[in-house]
Order: sequence, then C-alpha cells, then structure tokens
Amino acid sequence: MTDPAAGGPDVEPSSPDDTAAEPAGPTAWGVPVTEAFGQMVLHPPVDRWFETVAACRDDGYVMAIDLTAVDYSAHPGRTDLPGGVRPERFEVVASLLSHATGGRVRLRTQVPESDPEVASLFDLYPGTEAMEREAWDLVGVSFSGHPDHTRILMPEDWEGHPLRRDVSMGRIPVQFRDAPPAR
Amino acid sequence: MTAVDDPRRLAYIAGQASDARVNLEIETEGMTLNIGPQHPATHGTLRIVVKLDGERVMRAEPIMGYMHRGYEKLAEVRTYPQVTSLVNRIDWLGSFANEVPFILAAEQIMGVEAPPRAQWIRTLLFELSRIANVVLFLGDMGVQLGAVTPVFFAFRDREFVLNQIEAVTGGRFHPNFDRIGGLKDDIPKGWTEETKGVLGRIRTFCDEMEDLVTGNEIFQARTRGIGVIPADVGLAYGLSGANIRASGVDWDLRRDGGIGLVHDKLDWKVWTHPDGDSFARYWVRLQEVREACNMVEQLLDGIPSGPIMAKVPRIIKVPPGEAYVETENPLGVMGYYVVSKGDLVPYRVKIRSASFNNISITPWLLEGTYVPDVVSILASLYFILGDIDR
Repeated sequence: MTDPAAGGPDVEPSSPDDTAAEPAGPTAWGVPVTEAFGQMVLHPPVDRWFETVAACRDDGYVMAIDLTAVDYSAHPGRTDLPGGVRPERFEVVASLLSHATGGRVRLRTQVPESDPEVASLFDLYPGTEAMEREAWDLVGVSFSGHPDHTRILMPEDWEGHPLRRDVSMGRIPVQFRDAPPAR
Repeated sequence: MTAVDDPRRLAYIAGQASDARVNLEIETEGMTLNIGPQHPATHGTLRIVVKLDGERVMRAEPIMGYMHRGYEKLAEVRTYPQVTSLVNRIDWLGSFANEVPFILAAEQIMGVEAPPRAQWIRTLLFELSRIANVVLFLGDMGVQLGAVTPVFFAFRDREFVLNQIEAVTGGRFHPNFDRIGGLKDDIPKGWTEETKGVLGRIRTFCDEMEDLVTGNEIFQARTRGIGVIPADVGLAYGLSGANIRASGVDWDLRRDGGIGLVHDKLDWKVWTHPDGDSFARYWVRLQEVREACNMVEQLLDGIPSGPIMAKVPRIIKVPPGEAYVETENPLGVMGYYVVSKGDLVPYRVKIRSASFNNISITPWLLEGTYVPDVVSILASLYFILGDIDR
C-alpha cells in the first residue's frame, strides 16, 4: 500500500470526473494539497468534507486529534490557500493522526458565511462530538448530522458566537486615576 | 434494559433481604442524579447528569463550561509573549507544560529555534511539571476510593518539586517562564544537586504508593475490571496520554514525533498496560512518574553549556502562517493551532487540551456502571477542569 503520509504529498493526476475548477497544484485523495511546516494540509471543498476525511481514515489515520473553526473575516488577502480554492469567511480545520506511521494530515475547508454548515464527522470519529459542539458554540459553524447539536461551553441562553470577529471583547471599566478621595 | 434482564443484578438482589426481592417485582422509575458541579471527585466544577435505574447508570452526560474563561478570545488581543501567562492557568497542576506547545508553535512560524541549553532546561521543567501533576493524581485516586492517607503524602512530596520549579521560575504554579527563542533565565547555582535530592523523595513516594495503594485489596477490588476502555474505542474518542496507553496503545509523542524537546536524547521507556481498566490507568501513571524521575536525572547530568536565548527581536512580530504543534503533556496530548496574520497578536489560537477530549468518552464509559464506580472511573480518567473549559 502506498502511504501518502510517508513520502510527502502523494501526487496523482486528477480524475476526469472532477469539477470544472481544476486545481492547478498537487493533489492527494483528489483534493488540493499544500504543506505547512512539514505537515500535509488538504483543502477539500465543503461538500466533499466527509468523504475526504473518510478516505483518510481508511488509509490509517485512526485518530481525529483536533477539530476547530476559524473566522477569517478580519484577515483579508490570505495567501496560504492553493489555486482554485476560494477563501470564505469561515474555515473548519481538522487534524488527523496515523499511529502506524506517525503521519499527520490537516484538513481545511472553506465554509461560506451564507450557509455555515459542514457534515458532522461523528460517524467516523465519535470523539469529534465535543469538538464540533465547541466549534458551533464559539464560532457558529453548524454540523449536519450531529447527534446533540447544542452549546457546550457557553451558557444555554447565550446569544451569538463569541469567537466571531465581529463580537467585541467586552470590557469592565477600570478607573486607575482620579479615584474618589478617601473620606 | 430493565433490571430484570441483568443476571448480575438478579444475583445481587437474590442475596439480599426479602424487601429487595419485593423491589425486583415492582417496576421502579428511573431517577436523575446530578453529580456536581461541586463535588470532591471533579477537580473543579463539572456536573455529570446520570440517569439511574436503581444503582445502575443508564445514561450519563458531562455538563461543562462552568469554568470557561475564554482564553482563546483573550489570546486574540494579547501579544505572543503575553499569551503564556494566560495558558499557564489551563492545567494548573503542571502549568509550565502548557506554555511549551504554544511557544513551539510560535517558534515554528517564526523559524526560530531555541539553543540546545534552553531546549534541555525546557524538557527538564516539562518533566518536573509532569511529576508535580501526576504525584497529586496518585494521592487523589486513593481519596476518591476512601483512603485519605495517600493524598497527604502526595501534597507533602509535591511541595518539594514545586519548590524546585519556584527556585528557577519564581512561581510555584504559574511560572510564565518560556519565551519565544529560549527561556527567561538560567537555572540558579546549586539547583542541580538539590533537584537530585528531590528525585530521591519522589522515588520513595512512588514506592510508598506501591505499598499503600497498588497492593491494597480494597483498591484492587474497586478498580480492576472497572471502567474498561478497549483500544479501538479509546482511539475513536480521541483519548490520549496515560488513558490510551493503559488500553495497550503504544503511543507517546515524547518518543513518536514530538518536536522541540530533547526526549529522543534520553534513555527511557514508554509504559503501557493491556487491561484498559481504572487500575491500569493508575498503574501506568505511577510508572510514568518513576520514568520522569529517570529522565530528569539524565537531563540534569547532560545540560549543555551555551546561551539561554536565541537572537530574537525585542518586539516580536510573527509572520503570516498557521501551525499546529502538540506535545505529550501530563494529562495527555496538548496542541495549539496558531494562525498568524503577521501582527503582534495571534489571529486565532485554538487550544486542544487533553481533558476536553478525554472527558468526551464518559457517556460511553459510564453507561451500565454502578454509582459508586462512577467516582472511581472519573478519578482514574484524571481530568482537570481548567483543562476542559479553558
């Protein structure tokens, strides 16, 4: 079995049934691939999120070590995406780990603001349940097919998603000078 | 499943007085019990809602977030050197270890490498925080099962380790000592010999625990065969650290592909246990403390000379990029996903803490157990609430 994790990106010609937006660079598992500090980064489209992760799992990536979402609305002009991948407001990031080879793969999918929904990975890795709830709670990307799609860290009645960039930090006014004189 | 279907419960009830037999014939309704938020077994404020059928847990769900302090949001307005003082407070028992993966991620994006001496002292403090953290677990596990003595031994001997950490960093719990490109300061004079003396005390403590707890008949009855996690289930739920090694998975990031630390230059062993039960998790941690003592001893003997800081600018700007770095922390794998925009502050920091993933197995694990075992299973999973809620 050829192991894509061992010798860097497994460069293979894209199959003809791919979509019209043909990725220019190298691909692995049929999706564009880049490299960040020695780790392989896959950029699957959002509608192929589940099947790409499933293909990775079948190739020995037994553990979903991390899953999160990033709001890129305050970061215009990103340059780390390969050609053919359109930047969107949200990005869901998952890190998979293969115990056999020690290889890692990171998957980043662009999620549009108008329809922030990604397929849940619960059927592949039940451990992503809590992490997907966290991503929904804090960033507001929803996961279709999740068994318990509720808030996890914030209070149940909280409005909004605090890790979005348009949510302010919130402050408590602290007066350091001109304190009222002692009686 | 009703109580009638279970042969073990039937056998238990048959051995009881006649009123228990009456209960068997009556269909009892399920009861919901809140364990926590304030409960001695939870190292903080965690609520576990369990649905009971008699003594048996039908469903269990952890409710977290009582200690959510929003570090990921706060990190977006702190400069990189300031973030370490926040992440210290995640796993407060082994706080230096929290800083290491964040600093390594920032160094990776910047393309900076710490000088060898800084890497050795980093590894040294990393393993000392592991000892300080896990020693408390070894004592605490006894308390959850009703043995109060071990925890006093643990607090007594952990103090010596904390004193050594304090002598270097200035803080017992919140060192804030790791810097991008190295460390804040060098180790003080005479510290090496003192630390070797402390290692002797910790080794004695491990032997005491072996005598007091491991061989204890009641402890074994309460932990052996209780809360068994098969290896494939543990992997699917993303368990890490001693929890997954106690299920027989030979995986330790210190040996398998960790970056930035010098564990690969040491002679040590990864301990595993085939059983996967509460006892195995306790046993593996006990061996890991001993192994950490061996590592610290080798590290003390082998510290290379040289500078403690690499050349980094005074005002640290991290170039654009994203990196994910994780290390084998006392509680399990801790990782930081850092996205940089090229500013003084990180654009996004995702903290992958070990306990958050370790606790996500509890609904699966607690189903079908008995109420007294809930506490011992939770204690053996060993989570810290600051590490869950962040």
